[in-house]
Amino acid sequence: MTINITKVKIAGKTKDFFMAIVVEHLTKKYGSQKAVDNISFEIKTGEVVGFLGPNGAGKSTTMKMITCYMAPSSGIVKLDGLTNENDPEGIKKKIGYLPENNPLYTEMAIIDYLKFSAEIQGVEKSKIPPRIREMIDLCGLNPERHKKIQELSKGYRQRVGLAQAMIHDPEVLILDEPTTGLDPNQIIEIRRLIKKLGTEKTVILSSHILSEVEATCDRILIINKGEIVADGTSETLRHQVQGKELLTVQIEASDKEVVKKALQKLPTVETVQSMNEKPDFYLIQSKSDFSSRKAVFDLCVGQKWYLLEMTGIETRLEDVFRELTVN
Amino acid sequence: MKSTWVIAKRELGAYFDSLIAYVLIILFLGLSGIFTWFFVRPIFLVNQANLQFFFGFIAYWALFLFIPTITMRVLAEEKKAGTIELLSTKAITDWEIVLGKFLSCLILILISLACTLPYYITLSMLGDIDHGAVLGGYFGLVLLSASYISIGIFASSISNNQIVAILVALLISILFHFIFDVISNSFRGTLGQVFNYLGFSSHYESLSRGVIDSRDIIYFGSIIFIGLLFAQAVLSKRNWKD
Repeated sequence: MTINITKVKIAGKTKDFFMAIVVEHLTKKYGSQKAVDNISFEIKTGEVVGFLGPNGAGKSTTMKMITCYMAPSSGIVKLDGLTNENDPEGIKKKIGYLPENNPLYTEMAIIDYLKFSAEIQGVEKSKIPPRIREMIDLCGLNPERHKKIQELSKGYRQRVGLAQAMIHDPEVLILDEPTTGLDPNQIIEIRRLIKKLGTEKTVILSSHILSEVEATCDRILIINKGEIVADGTSETLRHQVQGKELLTVQIEASDKEVVKKALQKLPTVETVQSMNEKPDFYLIQSKSDFSSRKAVFDLCVGQKWYLLEMTGIETRLEDVFRELTVN
Repeated sequence: MKSTWVIAKRELGAYFDSLIAYVLIILFLGLSGIFTWFFVRPIFLVNQANLQFFFGFIAYWALFLFIPTITMRVLAEEKKAGTIELLSTKAITDWEIVLGKFLSCLILILISLACTLPYYITLSMLGDIDHGAVLGGYFGLVLLSASYISIGIFASSISNNQIVAILVALLISILFHFIFDVISNSFRGTLGQVFNYLGFSSHYESLSRGVIDSRDIIYFGSIIFIGLLFAQAVLSKRNWKD
């Protein structure tokens, strides 16, 4: 049995991070088409990771291989010393999975369905009733608990899907687009639930909604055309794409040309544009790795110009996403 | 083995929660009862205490027609609804899924067959009945049913459309049910014997006469096993490397 430990130095102390999931060179071919192309990544225990990507990028296929629903064409999935090749049933036992579109046996009653899920995952018989009660409480199913699944609203069905995924207390939770088709209130509730779960478990979720991934995940993997094109927190991803600082400033002065020339002369400034639609506004791009905020302020003080506004333009995750996934 | 039983239990629950199980039992019981006692060759007119007509004709045909209607949904429905993905990502193998489905259908058929036991009990009170033949007949029906179920589950595995599943099941079943016999009649010698051997009827007939021959059991056992194996192979297709 091999356990993957990465020693990471944090503030001088050595901490052991157990790798919950290690994926190495995963490839899935459908005929001649590669749905997933040589993906490798590691996920630490307790991390909440978001798979982000346009539709058809290979997010679901990757998840299906991690959950051992289908075997990869090549590559390997390791979970807690088990691999998809030598013990897929062992891996399945440690994973709770909510497939895309949340398929359920709709003719069953919620409690019967949770009992079935627990039995089939090999939960001890005596532990099943308390486990079901726990899941019903955790997922907020109490008001509806005696209903059949087909009588439930989509939001409650999603909760049933989450409850069945967690019934056997898995170490890893894999959620494929957990909020599609929900109304904004339900989305917020499901996200809150995922956040709550994320404090105890390793969670992988996929989405094409950027704000969702940003709001719930510690780490983002952007997948495009079967490959990982970016990996990091939302801040590092933004920084990676942006590179240079962008500022809009509003300076009130008698001669606009003088202001523009003075700004241009600042050592950290690369380009200055006056904004046609708004008088007194300038768009300043700094040289890479430099900030011009203080220099602009000092300049205005020195020249006795009024600095009315200075705003940094943040790259939104949307821009990062478009940058990485278009073409 | 335990997970197989969990699957079978859920499936049985689904049959009894919907109307499928009740409709099937009532239809089977009603049809076989009417034909055995009142129509075509009614027992009271023939004046013989035997269930030849029930085993040789009614049950033989009824099971051939009814079984595909219960097996058509078992995998096709799961594939269509996507619940097969849910099931396959639980800690069970594809073989256990197929076996669990098979078991649930078989239990449903056993319940239907058990409901016809009063015919036998009544008849045995009316006159001398060949107990061996009845026992063999029931045994033959169970093996026959299991074979149809196995074929039906395979048919259900190849499509997510239940109509396709039932048609394919009927198509394969009818070959064993009588097409092979028809073919065997038009050939002499070895070829005729091969087709005669392939059909269900020769094996079933000897069983329903009360002759329990291990060769017939092996024959039905092979059909059942091959059908389930094929169903499992189709389910596992998603694991193909490219």
